[in-house]
Amino acid sequence: MTAALSLQDVTCTFAGGYTAIAGASLDVAPGEFVSIVGPTGCGKSTFLNVAAGLLRPSDGQVLVFGDELDGLNPHAGYMFQTEALMPWKTARDNVAVGLEVRGTTRSVALARADAWLERVGLSDFGDRYPHQMSGGMRKRAALAQTLILDPKIVLMDEPFSALDVQTRQLMENELLELWSADRKSVVFITHDLEEAIALSDRVVLLSAGPRSRIIGEYKIDLPRPRDVAEIRMTGGFLDLHKAIWADLKGEVLKGYARTSRV
Amino acid sequence: MRAPAVSKPKREPKRLLDSRPQLLALQIFVLIAFFLLWHVLTATGLLNPFFFATPLGVLERTGKDLLTAAFYRHLGITLLETVLAFSIGTVAGIAIGFWFARAPLVSAVFDPYVKAANAVPRVVLAPIFALWLGLGIWSKVALGVSLTFFIVFFNVYQGVKEVSPVILANARMLGMNGRQLLRHVYLPSAMSWVFSSLHTAVGFALVGAVVGEYLGASAGLGYRIAQAEGVFDTVGVFSGMLVLTIFVIVIDACVSAVENKLLRWRPQTSTTVSTH
Repeated sequence: MTAALSLQDVTCTFAGGYTAIAGASLDVAPGEFVSIVGPTGCGKSTFLNVAAGLLRPSDGQVLVFGDELDGLNPHAGYMFQTEALMPWKTARDNVAVGLEVRGTTRSVALARADAWLERVGLSDFGDRYPHQMSGGMRKRAALAQTLILDPKIVLMDEPFSALDVQTRQLMENELLELWSADRKSVVFITHDLEEAIALSDRVVLLSAGPRSRIIGEYKIDLPRPRDVAEIRMTGGFLDLHKAIWADLKGEVLKGYARTSRV
Repeated sequence: MRAPAVSKPKREPKRLLDSRPQLLALQIFVLIAFFLLWHVLTATGLLNPFFFATPLGVLERTGKDLLTAAFYRHLGITLLETVLAFSIGTVAGIAIGFWFARAPLVSAVFDPYVKAANAVPRVVLAPIFALWLGLGIWSKVALGVSLTFFIVFFNVYQGVKEVSPVILANARMLGMNGRQLLRHVYLPSAMSWVFSSLHTAVGFALVGAVVGEYLGASAGLGYRIAQAEGVFDTVGVFSGMLVLTIFVIVIDACVSAVENKLLRWRPQTSTTVSTH
């Protein structure tokens, strides 16, 4: 089966000579949930930007369902780490705008936006502007904004890192629920190993930057459906966590040493 | 006694904002105190009423003026000049601001000239405009435009340049093409900057109109002040200033109303970047 997303020997060197990632390869199968974990500053976001087509790799290539990627990735939805909602649009307009610019008439787009707002638990908040919503509500709106376009690949860059732990676990469960209802390929970036294991089918480890590369892949064969809060207590989870952490720890220390040396 | 003193300064500004009537009362008190002081100083002869006029005289003159048709003709002309200067300056500022922000080469080439042009004191242009455009309203409009244009221009330029890269990337991932980015991202972002500069822009449009009238015209509020000055009619001068002040407060209130309506999405009152 062709991979939904395939990064092959991707190297990214920025103007100024900084190489964020060097020779990284990753295949993501259709419907697979992959998490990329790594220490701070390891080029995780660069990795995702390459997959989205926002960043052209200096070397290597990106295949999307077997076709080489040129320009933006048309099959990908991207959920950013920081605020990406348009502050001048209400939640409903923010969710609907993707459909609108793709040619759906406004009334149809708004109706579907309402359906999505309901799905993410924001049906009463459609008329709110982003600044009138809490962090968790904004993340829900951003999730709806991304998923309403029905992308085959969803790229998520530490989407819940700014949320408090409780909200975060709620959002993670909601994400799993939405994902299991309609299996898309997900590339989920996080620095939180527990979050990665709880959500994913596979966890990929990036080495400390610069010149990050993939240093480990772990299959997560925990049963689904999962509850992210409960699964953390199970023996299988703890074993996986121990095994991956053993590898990750060294990289975290390396990354920390590099940043603190400055 | 010490402990409450530490927390007090923190609470004070909030309490002030909470009690609007109280604040208004204080503001009115300052106004009355000012007029009272003025009255006492002129009535006792400490200040010569010939040079400083008297508050009662000024109020009486203003009240009388407000009942004459001629006054409203002058007011109308100043208002027309202000509105024209403001509209032309704003439209030009938005158009050229957008153009410069989206064409880096153009902005790089013109950058020193824009700064140089903005550094010219606009008052020295007034006689030139009068020479070119005559003593009618258009020389005043030109002066107002030369002031408002730069304020709007710099704000639009900034607004387009400072669109959050994440919002931009997100909009592109949602499928927006260049034209849609302009409509859904660049324009709203720039407009918020334009509106935040609106108070300043309107004020400068009025300054342009009045200064232009003052320096050479046959009608308008500035002309009336200049005329009164010409005959040492200080009451007339102060009355003109009072009318101008009221005029500005009314216009500013209108701008605030428009702003509140159009910038509902903004978290709080916006900050202005003044170029002066």
